[in-house]
Amino acid sequence: MIAPFALRLALREGRAARRQIGLYAGAISLGVAALVAISAFRADVTDAIHAESRTLMGADVELRSSTEFAGKASALLDSLQRTGVPVSRVTSFTSMALATASGTSRLVDVRAVEGGFPFYGRIETAPAGRWTHLRDGHHALVDPALLVYLGAEIGDTLRLGDAVFIVDAELRRVPGEIGIQAAVGPRVYIAADYVEETNLLQFGSRARYHALLKLPDAAAAEQFVTAHKSLLDGERVRATTAASREEDFREWFAAFTRFLALLGLTALLLGGIATGSAVHVFVRRKLDTVAVLRCLGGTQRTVFAAYLLQAALMGLVGAMVGVVLGLVVQRSLPSVLADFLPLAVQPSLRFEPIAAGLGIGLWVALAFGLLPLLTIRNVAPLRALRRSVEEPRRQRDLARFAAYAAVLGTIVALSVTQAPVPAAGLAFAAGITLTTAVLWMAARGLVAATRRLFPASAPYVVRQGIANLFRPQNQTVSVVLTVGFGVFLLGTLHVVQRNLLDQFAFETSEARPNLVVFDIQPDQVHDVRDRLAAAGAGETSAVPIVPARIAGIGGVPVDELVTDTSGLRRSRWALRREYRNTYRDTLVTSERLIEGAWWTDARPDTLPARISIDQDLAEELHVELGDRITWDVQGVHVETVIASVRQVDWARFETNFFVVFEPTVLERAPQTLVTLAHIADPRQRAEVQRDLVVRHANLSLIDISLVQQVLERLLGSVALAIRFMAVFSIACGAVVLLGAAATSRFQRLRESVLLRTLGARTSQVVRVLAVEYAMLGSLASVLGVVLASIAGWVLVRFFFELRFTLPSVPLLGLAAGTALVTTAIGIFASRDLVRRAPLAVLRDLAD
Amino acid sequence: MSGGRRLTVLRDVSFAVPERDLVAIVGPSGSGKTTLLGLLAGLDRPARGSVTLDGQALGPMSEDDRARLRAEKIGFVFQTFQLISTLTALENVLVPIELQAAPTWTPAAAVAHARDLLDRVGLADRWHHYPAQLSGGEQQRVALARAFANRPKILFADEPTGNLDAETGHAVIDLLVALNREAQTTLVLVTHDPELAGRAHRVIGLAGGRIVSDSAATA
Repeated sequence: MIAPFALRLALREGRAARRQIGLYAGAISLGVAALVAISAFRADVTDAIHAESRTLMGADVELRSSTEFAGKASALLDSLQRTGVPVSRVTSFTSMALATASGTSRLVDVRAVEGGFPFYGRIETAPAGRWTHLRDGHHALVDPALLVYLGAEIGDTLRLGDAVFIVDAELRRVPGEIGIQAAVGPRVYIAADYVEETNLLQFGSRARYHALLKLPDAAAAEQFVTAHKSLLDGERVRATTAASREEDFREWFAAFTRFLALLGLTALLLGGIATGSAVHVFVRRKLDTVAVLRCLGGTQRTVFAAYLLQAALMGLVGAMVGVVLGLVVQRSLPSVLADFLPLAVQPSLRFEPIAAGLGIGLWVALAFGLLPLLTIRNVAPLRALRRSVEEPRRQRDLARFAAYAAVLGTIVALSVTQAPVPAAGLAFAAGITLTTAVLWMAARGLVAATRRLFPASAPYVVRQGIANLFRPQNQTVSVVLTVGFGVFLLGTLHVVQRNLLDQFAFETSEARPNLVVFDIQPDQVHDVRDRLAAAGAGETSAVPIVPARIAGIGGVPVDELVTDTSGLRRSRWALRREYRNTYRDTLVTSERLIEGAWWTDARPDTLPARISIDQDLAEELHVELGDRITWDVQGVHVETVIASVRQVDWARFETNFFVVFEPTVLERAPQTLVTLAHIADPRQRAEVQRDLVVRHANLSLIDISLVQQVLERLLGSVALAIRFMAVFSIACGAVVLLGAAATSRFQRLRESVLLRTLGARTSQVVRVLAVEYAMLGSLASVLGVVLASIAGWVLVRFFFELRFTLPSVPLLGLAAGTALVTTAIGIFASRDLVRRAPLAVLRDLAD
Repeated sequence: MSGGRRLTVLRDVSFAVPERDLVAIVGPSGSGKTTLLGLLAGLDRPARGSVTLDGQALGPMSEDDRARLRAEKIGFVFQTFQLISTLTALENVLVPIELQAAPTWTPAAAVAHARDLLDRVGLADRWHHYPAQLSGGEQQRVALARAFANRPKILFADEPTGNLDAETGHAVIDLLVALNREAQTTLVLVTHDPELAGRAHRVIGLAGGRIVSDSAATA
């Protein structure tokens, strides 16, 4: 009857050690909570999307084109309408919106609506019900963020191009669209009837044309798209059904939540390490009990099973707490992530994530606890009779090997199942194993070096404190590892963030442009330049932009290249996209010639014209020096030959181009211009923006300070997630630290009493403790900060390809702070060692 | 093994203990008393020589077989009591019964038996207390109850009074001897305590790992 005894003992022992179990189990809970919350939330969102897949698009089929529907596409739409199919058109384009009352302006995303869109779902407004009145007059429905930015209110007038609209209501929710969009391009809905008046749809403006269809059902939608595929392809019209939109969104969302799940997994694995350390401490305290049980006739298996069950119990409690916590988080996620969700999500109780959370939590606790638990098998029963028994060491122990395999297998299996794709999971598992291994070895090395190199001439208090780090059953390496990991994450995050923002600050410093004006028509260039100069921008130059598409490569038409799957796999995206090319006779500072020669001579109207191409694009298109590309420049074919390949530093805030033509060929082509200006004074910058918008309604302007705000917001939300992980790993470190302090409590009590009996003052005892924990914290800090600097350097230099600077003061601050917190926790955990009178302790020890 | 060198702790130690005998092993610190006890109880294996318990040779048995033998036939009393701190007095007494491979007790009978034993050692109303809530003497009395719980054929006691004051020790000795008489158990105890040794039928003296005196031989 092995199992009943093991179970009984586990339950009885567990009852007495409730508080410790709670502490250790907590290490597992957070990771489980994250996984449960994320997977339940993912199911909630998927269900919501599936239930309302038509709402996601507001129609059954959407046709999309970057030019106005013409030719066969237009004929198709007309015939549909004649047969009674409801068709709605939405034209969207960017424009400056000027609040006439406050005089501020902002680049917005205008959507001009015609027909019954949305066919499914409702666009909610505040005040409510204003969507149906959009076409009653010059009404505009706008994102709330836009009103805040413009300092405008409902009822104010808003100028778009040459037309003036009245802000009729704020948008609350547009089905199928995510709120974060408002930060990038705030939306303004108007009725299509008034687009003409704005005069905004001129040459060069980036408009997208949508036609939305209402069909009987999903099958009809699918059938429509299949039946007209070749017609639509020929007209460069993309068709999407509600079902495929749902599918796209589901895939995107799955990838997004799986990224979050990897963060949760990191938390879980850190929790695993903390649990392993806790079990180690637990086993150390139980060795005597194990020996007694063996004396009383317990077999190795029975006793081992009893403690394995206790570890399982601990894991189960931790997992249960985690599941409950996860369900609470699940309920809060829809509102926290509202900005990223296209529709309202109703959280519901699901069995699967709960079961998975319990199972995973239990398993992780066992897998990480197994290694320390194996010690139990080797406890000699003789230990119950005398303290100093050397336990036999097993050589080539299969069980130990299996325990290592279990930990590794757990990491790999969890990573692969949680990651967006298996390869990413493997990479993540390899990454986390490698990081832990490096941290572990570094922690061991550092601890060993401290022991060897510490000066013997140091004062007694210091030597005693250091010596305490190496007391039997110490958890020094575990604490250094977990706390060090937290410092490492925080440090790396800070180094990378600092370097990115520094780079941005450099790009926005004194001489750098902070205002971009684009869509300038050639006849507006002089006036724009004058106004910018008057506002303090000095001399500015306008760079021409000529939109073009690839018509063919090496004489083969692009349509054939796209469908050709036998030869070179040229990127479909690169073949089909619309390019914005320029022409000039010099290289700019952000680019470097790596192949061929730059043109120095002027050759008016010689064909083929010479072009210089970006290195990465050349790879995507599989073209090289001397290859010919035919361009379709607004309907006119232009033969070109690749004369050089450039490497472009896209990170630099300059007007950069994939393709640069030699001058003269494109000079007479239809074009717009873009100019960068630096205007230091924010007031002047705002004023010149307003003047330009009033004067030239078609211009688009971007104030870089706005971009900076968006960037900071995005960086901020990523950083928040990583910072959470870092704080969590430090919390795990604290659990290990408290556990370690608890194990050595008995020994410490003796030492403290001994010291005080020998005449040490309380303050000296405290100082010994302080030295020990400060040293522990410092080792962790040094480890974390040094590795963070290395990791940060690698990321900044090779991933972001930026100049690297080491923010040494904040890193030192982080290190000092960690050491301080560690010391405080350590002293707090040992507070009663110094508070109690020696005699009371002696009496306790005697019992 | 110690420090990598084989140390001979016991040499030419040979004696037999008849059933129901009460033997005390005495000797100065380091004379090998505890080592001998460990060998007798099958906690350790001798490098040479053999130990036979109730007709079974311990030498060839596996570690687990010896554990099963202990569960069936052996009881233990330790110098430092060695109660399991996370279990109540009653649960501590139940452990040897519950560890038996083939249970001869129903759970209810086991509990009744354990409470009966606690009653015998005078702790009937303290059964739900944890070791930390009991005094040293009380803890050793619980340990006595535990030692007799599996109705062992032989009981080994390692300095049972070593951690107790004289008066408490005296009471524990009385109880041990009385229980032993009732249960008709063979008792082998290691002790420094002359009073305890005096209650034995036979006293074996150890020094330097050899038997230097044996009251059975001289009597």
